[in-house]
Amino acid sequence: MTVRTHVIPDVGAKTAVPALEPLLFELARPGRSGRHVVSDDAADIPAAFQRKTPLHLPELTEPQVVRHYTHLAQLNYSVDAGMYPLGSCTMKYNPKVNDRVASLFADLHPRQSYRTTQGVLALAYELEQMLAKITGMDFVSLQPQAGAQSEFTALLVFKAYHAKRGEAATRRRIIVPDSAHGTNPASAAMCGYQVTTVKSDARGNVDLDALKSALGPDVAGFMLTNPNTLGLFEERVREVCDAVHGAGALVYGDGANMNALLGIARPGDLGFDCVHINVHKTFSTPHGAGGPGAGPLCVKAHLRPFLPKPWIVREADGSYHYDTAREDRAPAGLGDSIGTIKQRIGNFGVLVRAYTYMKTLGEDGMLETGRDAILAANYLLALLRDKYDVAYDRTPMHEFVLSAAKQKRQGASALDIGKALLDEGFHSPTVYFPLIVAEAMMIEPTETEPRETLDAFAAAMKRIAERAESDPASVKAAPKYTPLARLDEVTAARKPVLRWQRPV
Amino acid sequence: MNANPYSPHTEEDRAAMLERIGVRSVDDLLTAIPKDARFPRLGLASGLSEMEVQAHLERLAAMNRTAGSGPFFIGGPIQRRYIPAAVPVLALRGEFLTAYTPYQPEVSQGTLQGVFEYQSLIAELLAMEVVNSSMYDGGSATAEAAFMAVRVTGRKKVVVATEVDFTYRRTLRTYGRGPELEIVEVPTAKLAASAEDAACLIVQHPDAFGSLVDVRQIADAAHAAGALCVQVTEPHANALLEPPGALGVDIAVGEGQPLGITMSYGGPHLGIFACRESLVRQMPGRIAGQTLDANGTRGFVNTLQTREQHIRREKATSNICTNEALAAITAAVYLSLLGPEGLRAAARAGVARAHALAKRLAALPGCAIANEGPFFDRFTLRTEIGGWDLRNALIARGIQVEATASHYVDGRREGRDDVIAQCTELTSEADADALVDAVAQLARSPETVAAR
Amino acid sequence: MSTVPDDLRYSKEHEWVRADGDVATIGITHFAQEQLGDVVFVELPEKGATVRQYSSLGVVESVKAASDIYAPISGEVLERNVKVIESPELVNTDPYRDGWMVKVRLADKGELAKLLSPADYRSHIGETAGAGAD
Repeated sequence: MTVRTHVIPDVGAKTAVPALEPLLFELARPGRSGRHVVSDDAADIPAAFQRKTPLHLPELTEPQVVRHYTHLAQLNYSVDAGMYPLGSCTMKYNPKVNDRVASLFADLHPRQSYRTTQGVLALAYELEQMLAKITGMDFVSLQPQAGAQSEFTALLVFKAYHAKRGEAATRRRIIVPDSAHGTNPASAAMCGYQVTTVKSDARGNVDLDALKSALGPDVAGFMLTNPNTLGLFEERVREVCDAVHGAGALVYGDGANMNALLGIARPGDLGFDCVHINVHKTFSTPHGAGGPGAGPLCVKAHLRPFLPKPWIVREADGSYHYDTAREDRAPAGLGDSIGTIKQRIGNFGVLVRAYTYMKTLGEDGMLETGRDAILAANYLLALLRDKYDVAYDRTPMHEFVLSAAKQKRQGASALDIGKALLDEGFHSPTVYFPLIVAEAMMIEPTETEPRETLDAFAAAMKRIAERAESDPASVKAAPKYTPLARLDEVTAARKPVLRWQRPV
Repeated sequence: MNANPYSPHTEEDRAAMLERIGVRSVDDLLTAIPKDARFPRLGLASGLSEMEVQAHLERLAAMNRTAGSGPFFIGGPIQRRYIPAAVPVLALRGEFLTAYTPYQPEVSQGTLQGVFEYQSLIAELLAMEVVNSSMYDGGSATAEAAFMAVRVTGRKKVVVATEVDFTYRRTLRTYGRGPELEIVEVPTAKLAASAEDAACLIVQHPDAFGSLVDVRQIADAAHAAGALCVQVTEPHANALLEPPGALGVDIAVGEGQPLGITMSYGGPHLGIFACRESLVRQMPGRIAGQTLDANGTRGFVNTLQTREQHIRREKATSNICTNEALAAITAAVYLSLLGPEGLRAAARAGVARAHALAKRLAALPGCAIANEGPFFDRFTLRTEIGGWDLRNALIARGIQVEATASHYVDGRREGRDDVIAQCTELTSEADADALVDAVAQLARSPETVAAR
Repeated sequence: MSTVPDDLRYSKEHEWVRADGDVATIGITHFAQEQLGDVVFVELPEKGATVRQYSSLGVVESVKAASDIYAPISGEVLERNVKVIESPELVNTDPYRDGWMVKVRLADKGELAKLLSPADYRSHIGETAGAGAD
């Protein structure tokens, strides 16, 4: 890994690249072990059930394991190490106090009685209230464990809503814009819906005419990311929502870009029926190299009856319990609820972190966050616009999309530019998404990068643009200062090796 | 000072940035937003200092009774187990914790190799050919297994045993509303006879009540009817029991939390998902694979991505994007620290202590073990008091157990009225004594308990 | 090799057909393989399956894209190219010969007339007539 301070805006000295690490299995030797658990018990298991298949887990000592994972960690780029401008991912700083307080809730089982978990319920209840206020919605389910699961949950809610009105059989279609995240059509299909894609107009908005002609009595809902994946606010968002409602369908808000709206606008005031929150984006919870996340679903009152159960209830005396799991008297029924996505409160350990972040920021911090995120993106765009084509030349919100089409003609693609950025000590932006922009590079700086870092990133991007012009082969040859050169994804897919195999 | 303490901008910075953009204020950048919706007040409290927020969270935490604060026998898919000190130290390193999905493999080898090793370890443990890089949890993995079986077989009926954990069955039913699957619940004993027209049979072994199940016979029946066999499993059990891959299982799923991951009141956890290699293109979720870099050096990438939502969109095998990669790496750290003998020892401890405890409880007047056959590391206790009342009386004495009847469905209590006792290597002799003494006392005076 | 050989018929979805009596060989065009990039996986119907004109026949995948192959003509699958399943790179290196997909017994020779001529296909993919030769 190249190590740079990100404060000095020139080409930093490259440090030695950390060595690769053997696999656990290659480090192991029969007979090595630690002593972490007691081993004096004998288990009585009928012979027919006993394991006869050999169990070749690696045998290692603790010092080896510590070195192994320390070395692996050193091969990773992370927000702790530097700017991570992945568009649509909101890779902001992950505060450390959030991790520490999460450990206060580690030794609790979700099947404990509500009597022994009043602190959990109080926190979750307040978190629901805060999320409702921030999104302008009425009720919140904390159960979905990620954005995509929240989309799926919301579409189940849509289905139940239409069923209640006797229209489940007729409303079989979900509309998504062509700029949508892949999860949107995938969630719709998983929920048994057909998917219709509508195009974007010349300004990067949903093409309202195309949407209107796609709408009809067979449509269950429309899924909209706002700001959209181009980083642009839907200029006619209310007309879009009105058109969808006019057709008897519902509007789903994909909250992936909610960071832009903190203190700026609330989906509930714009016409959305619901919105999900990626707390691992907007509310600073660490993304853990791919997960965990949490995806609370925030809805307007008319969708509440269909939310997953149980619901947390607060009594007048300030105590809490679950409506469908009352222990002192007969519990409430499921009613019109879709059922259960995840027992009780979803990824609670993640939600504690989000809650802590929200308590830290408070009202004013929340209002400032959206503004700073938008300021950073516009500033970075201003620094880059003379070197790269801008996909849609409008004022972006918290992220923007450049096109490397010009550089591609010169011989260096968006992918190549991303790889060259790795050599400059930065992570690559999101490339080749959204699909509607050729050679797309989607850049989201977030509010937590200092101006010096934004300047350094822009300087790196400019150097690469200049190299694309003068020496595209050098850009194509990147990265040179990372633990590995470009990886052969074609062979990986043609001849999949998906696990270590013991040499025979 | 900034209201957001993590914001680095000084007023000077903001002014310089605005000037470079060519606007006077951030407001000038927001003209696309309907005027009446702009700049809402949210009604949140003022922000707190770190010190205040720490104290506030400590106050909330003090309102809970932690599992370790007294005898604890609640378990099922989520288990209180010993977590070696090195596990959080390694898995929560910032380089793992604050990385994103490994979209740039050249600077993500730590994640990718870590996940590849996780896949390899779980494949070995379950004796399954292919393992993905994780689902959210055991429940969603079970539902996704059913969806996968529906894709593979082209059938829409899913048969699940009533002895599969109730939370998994609930999630399955909820998920099934999407594609409108026919979900049939039958006792495990009738599973093999219910395979006709089914996409899959879903069996749990050891089951929710701890009983051991003859999975091979169920897998054979499924295959004879053209259905798949899905086994819900628990990681530690595979150290001692014949694993799914040796029982003819096509898809094995389960909750990976017991592998060094904190209970955290339900998540984040780890959905284990494994299948036969021949089915890999229908598998949901990310998969790490081995390859070479441009210099011929071994490295790892996410592969077979055309199954996934970012490429296949509405034709993807699942909508999953964010998964539980960090939990997968945590599980791998745990397994590498314990090794095969450590894992077997932990599993043996649970079994031995459950069996010893069951023997003592069964000897009490009015008490019996309700499992019909052999059981693993948890069992059900039937008393004259009834499970629900016994559980509440035990909680009042500081002993936490689960009642089988605590599982509500639509306003009524579901299932048998027993209590379940889960044992692990953390179940101490003193815990067992406390439970036996309390049950003995309560069983002597069932009227008092019922009158509560 | 021409990128649009003159002895074949084409579909708008970039499949080609070589008719020999009542047996037709089907593959994807040079243009299609170039758009896809390195092909990593090919899925084809079993022998004996029947395919209908313009319905999905199989799938061809690169690392970052998956495309349906549409049957340019109807008929019964006589043979599928096992070599292309084992070595998908044949689709890139030799799309018109070793990279063929399936052989089909033509159900209706009239369907061939509905397909594009080489000249029409060239203009379909934006090449000027006759400029397709390497």
